[in-house]
Amino acid sequence: MSDIPANLKYTESHEWIEQCDDDTVRIGITDHAQNLLGDMVFIELPEVGDSLDAGDECAVVESVKAASDVYAPISGEVVAVNENLADNPELVNKDAYDEGWLFILKPSQPDELDELLDADTYGAKAAEDDH
Amino acid sequence: MPFIPHTEDDVRSMLNSIGVDSIDALFDEIPEELRISTLNDVPTGCTEMEIGRLMSEHADGDRQGRCFLGAGAYEHHVPAAIWEITTRGEFYSAYTPYQAEASQGTLQLIYEYQSMMTQLMAMDVSNASLYDGASALAEAILMAIRANRKSKSRRVLIPKTVNPVYRQVSDTIIKNQGITLEELDFGTATGTITTLPDEPGDIAALVIPMPNFFGSLEDVDTLTDWAHQHGALVIASVNPTAMALLTPPGEWGNDDNASQGADIVCGEGQPLGIPLSSGGPYFGFMCCKQQYVRQMPGRIVGRTVDLEGKPGFTLTLQAREQHIRRSKATSNICTNQGLMVTAATIYMALLGGEGLQQVASTSHRQTRQLHERLTAIDGVSAVFDQTFFHEAVIRFDKADVDNVLISLAGQGILGGYSLKQAYPELGEALLICATETRTDADLDDYVNALQQVLSGSQH
Repeated sequence: MSDIPANLKYTESHEWIEQCDDDTVRIGITDHAQNLLGDMVFIELPEVGDSLDAGDECAVVESVKAASDVYAPISGEVVAVNENLADNPELVNKDAYDEGWLFILKPSQPDELDELLDADTYGAKAAEDDH
Repeated sequence: MPFIPHTEDDVRSMLNSIGVDSIDALFDEIPEELRISTLNDVPTGCTEMEIGRLMSEHADGDRQGRCFLGAGAYEHHVPAAIWEITTRGEFYSAYTPYQAEASQGTLQLIYEYQSMMTQLMAMDVSNASLYDGASALAEAILMAIRANRKSKSRRVLIPKTVNPVYRQVSDTIIKNQGITLEELDFGTATGTITTLPDEPGDIAALVIPMPNFFGSLEDVDTLTDWAHQHGALVIASVNPTAMALLTPPGEWGNDDNASQGADIVCGEGQPLGIPLSSGGPYFGFMCCKQQYVRQMPGRIVGRTVDLEGKPGFTLTLQAREQHIRRSKATSNICTNQGLMVTAATIYMALLGGEGLQQVASTSHRQTRQLHERLTAIDGVSAVFDQTFFHEAVIRFDKADVDNVLISLAGQGILGGYSLKQAYPELGEALLICATETRTDADLDDYVNALQQVLSGSQH
C-alpha cells in the first residue's frame, strides 16, 4: 500500500499539492504514481514564470518504462522548479513528497484548491487502480 | 505462431469473443463523411509480366544522358562492394527489426552509422535515420519548437536559400500545428543571407542551409552567433559530402562559449552511396547536441553490457516513441530507411575520411571548371559572386532556360535544374552541378553542346 499523507491534497491524475505558508503551493507526483512508473530517468519541468491553467500539461516524468505528463492541478504562475531533479531524477522515487517535489505555483484562482481530493478519497481511487 | 493472415473463421471467432458484429464496426468512431467506400484510382492488380513491362517502360524514361543535375540529389560513384554487401540476406530489410535486440548485427551497424555521422557533423548524438532530407528538416523544426523551452513564439526563420522542396514539405507538415515559418530573403549579389532583422523578436529557431540551394556557402559563423544571441536554436540543413571539407555544424560560430555550434543538424543522406534511382528511396539524417536528445525523433541505438558484462547493442530512449507515448510521441516516424543506412554506413567505411574528402574536393573542382567554362560562352553569365561547393547558378542572357535544357537533353546531356519556377526573380537561371563522376571530356561535351544550342546551329 502506498504512502498518502493526510495533510496534502490530490488529483485523480496522481499529483499531490501542499499548501505552503506563503500562499504558494508545492506540487509533485504521488508515491503511488512513482511506483507505477518505476525508475525515473528524466524529469522535464516547466519554466519559472510560465503561467498555467488548471489541467495544462506542464511537466513530463520519464521512467525506464514510459514518459508521462504531469498536469497543473490548479491555475497559477510557476515561481520555482526543483533544479535538483536535473541530475537526480531518482529523488522522485526515493522521496516523492519532499525532496522529489516538481514545482511551486503561485495560485491565480485559490478557489480551485477546494476542488482537489483529500487523502481518503485519493487513497480509495488509488486502491481501485490496484485491482 | 504461424505468420499467416487470419482466416474467415479466425476473424469471426475474434469478433464473437469481443461481441462486435463486423470489422467495420471497429472503426465506427470515424465519421461517415470522412470514409471512402471504394478506391477508384487504385488498380485491381496485374500479373508479374505486366508489372515487369510497366516498370521497364518507366525506367526507359530515366537515365537520358550525362548528369549535370543536382538540386538535392547527386550522382556520385557508388563502389560495387557497397550494394553487394548491403543486399546480403543478413542485411536485406528496409526496417529496423522488431524484437530489435535479437538482431545484434543490425543494431551494431546502426550504432556504427550513428558514430560516423556524429564524427562527420561534430555533434554529440545521431538518430538511426529519417525518411529524407525534406522531412528531416520538418522534424528538426518540430524538435526545435519542443527543445527551445525559453521561446514561446513558435516562429521559425527559414531562408529562401533553403531547397524550395524542403520548404514546401516542412510547411505541409507544420502548418496545422500553430508553427509559422518566416522567410528570409537572400542578397542578390551573393545568393546568401546577407541581412538579418535588427529586432527579430522571440524566435524559436533559425534554419541554416550549407551549402545552400544555389551551392553557395553561407556565413554560418555569423548566422549561428546571431541566432544564439536572440535565443533561437540553430537548425543546420547540410550536404554530408560537403562536410568532409567544410567546418562541421558542431563547430559553427565565433562566440567561444557553451552554446557554440548548431543545435540540430539534418539533411539528405542520398549522396552517401545511394543511387539516384528515379528519386528514391533515400534517407534523412539527424544529429543534435546531447542536451536535446530526449526531444529527438526516431530511433537511437546505444551500446551497453548484458547481465554477464558482455558488450551488446540496444534501442535506447524509447520512452517518447509512439509505441509507448502514443499521440504524444516526439514523432510519428515509426520506421526508417534501414537498408539505405546500411549502404551509407558501408560507403563511409569504405571511403574513410580521406576518400570522402577526395569525392568532395573533386566535385568542387569539376564544378568550378564547368562554371568557368560555361560562363565564358557568349550569352551565359555568372549570377552570384560567392564561393560555392559543387553547384552554381548561371544565367542565359537571351535564351529560354527550359528550351535550352530540352535541346541539351536531345544531345544526351542533363544540363541542370531550371530555377525559373522557384526563383523567377533570377531570370533564365540554371543550377549546374558536376560531381567526381564527370570527366573533363564530359565537361567538353557540355560546353560544345551548349555553344551549339545557343548559336542555334544544332540542326
